[in-house]
Amino acid sequence: MAGGAAREARNRGRARAPAGPGVSVSPVSRQEVAVRINGTVYRDEVDVRTTLADFIRGCAGLTGTHLGCEHGVCGACTVLLDGEPVRSCLMLAVQADGAEITTVESLGTPERLHPLQEAFRDHHGLQCGFCTPGFLMTALAFLREHPHPTEAQIREAIAGNLCRCTGYQGIVEAIADAARRMHGDG
Amino acid sequence: MKPPPFRYAAPTSVDQALALLSAFGPEAKVLAGGQSLMPLLNLRLVRPGVLVDLNRVRELDYIREDDGEVAIGAMTRQRTAERSALVRRLLPLLADALPLVGHPPIRTRGTVGGSIAHADPSAELPAVLLALDGSVVVRGPAGTRRIPAADFFVSYLTTALAPEDLLVEVRFPAHPGAGTAFMEVARRHGDYALVGAAALVRLRDGRCQGVRLAFTGVGPTPVRVAEAEAAVEGRELTPAVAAEVRKVVAARLEPDSDIHASAEYRREVAGVLAERALRRAADRAREVG
Repeated sequence: MAGGAAREARNRGRARAPAGPGVSVSPVSRQEVAVRINGTVYRDEVDVRTTLADFIRGCAGLTGTHLGCEHGVCGACTVLLDGEPVRSCLMLAVQADGAEITTVESLGTPERLHPLQEAFRDHHGLQCGFCTPGFLMTALAFLREHPHPTEAQIREAIAGNLCRCTGYQGIVEAIADAARRMHGDG
Repeated sequence: MKPPPFRYAAPTSVDQALALLSAFGPEAKVLAGGQSLMPLLNLRLVRPGVLVDLNRVRELDYIREDDGEVAIGAMTRQRTAERSALVRRLLPLLADALPLVGHPPIRTRGTVGGSIAHADPSAELPAVLLALDGSVVVRGPAGTRRIPAADFFVSYLTTALAPEDLLVEVRFPAHPGAGTAFMEVARRHGDYALVGAAALVRLRDGRCQGVRLAFTGVGPTPVRVAEAEAAVEGRELTPAVAAEVRKVVAARLEPDSDIHASAEYRREVAGVLAERALRRAADRAREVG
């Protein structure tokens, strides 16, 4: 975490200077990026092939975002990009330059869990916990759009996230309960 | 680091992107939403010298009605199209298919143009474009040209695009008065279709007209089955006619077997989906007519 903290940026705007019309853009191998993650701007010069997931974990030191398959199937690395869920393994860090990222670290603290985290705990929505950050971020975005979801909607919403130990029943129940905790019975 | 080394350029206009593609030719690869290309990079199945990222090209993000068609900028996110009232109103077939493309986090990034240009033989949007007789607008060194869907998809992941070309717009004709439906069978919601079927039909005095049936997941490109369309044309969709459609579709398609499904299974499912999609399309045609 020390490295990540040391690299924490003084709050600063976009690193990119817009290229003028007709100006040729020459390809580069390394580039400086500034990404706001959970409200803090992290700046670093990275290899352009660095994924956003590796930037979040390696440069920002936020290791709550997990990497499972690294080709978009398992959903473990799901984060919010400007409020919308994305696979952080399927984006380059340079593409997130100037963007706002929300990771699982933003949700709650061990002392004061987010209602979604409480619901996962109460409904045994996790065992090993590896897939959990992805489920939480997917569910967070889903519940914003569907505050009172049906079970079928929940199952469809998490179809892109794989859990290999708990199974999905507890997770589905946790998300349904979280909806009630967050938005009332309505 | 998962992806192989490459150099990266993020143009902010189509002109800049075209200049890069001209300069680097086959060495360059266009990055749109990245939901297919990034996995290929992470698995090191592709090793482009230069990645030309279109995500800062704002001029390619739009949905507008134009001359009886809906013109969608190549970099329009699938999620944006899914939420578009214009798409729901004028392109119900596309609205049917979009929620089946991957999962919400995939559609947040995935683009309409990227899905068409990638031309995965199991993808939904190419079949929709073919069923609606749509086209793509391509810009290249020789200028701008339009390519009909029927000529665009050449083979597995292969299109009529040259390395210096950029797909800038996808055009879906609206077909007012027609009913449409898209259905698929996949292992889980959001997976690539084992088979998908798109149907379009008009009804006049209860008889089917202008029938189109297009399929995905049953060959190297999306396909229409003219014989099955002809089997319904001008007739009422009676159980006997529907059964004939099912039979003709299963007989005419030549899908491959793979680890996901056998050719026989795909043929059978394609026939059943064709019948169901046609029925739903006819129901909807009754509602709009």
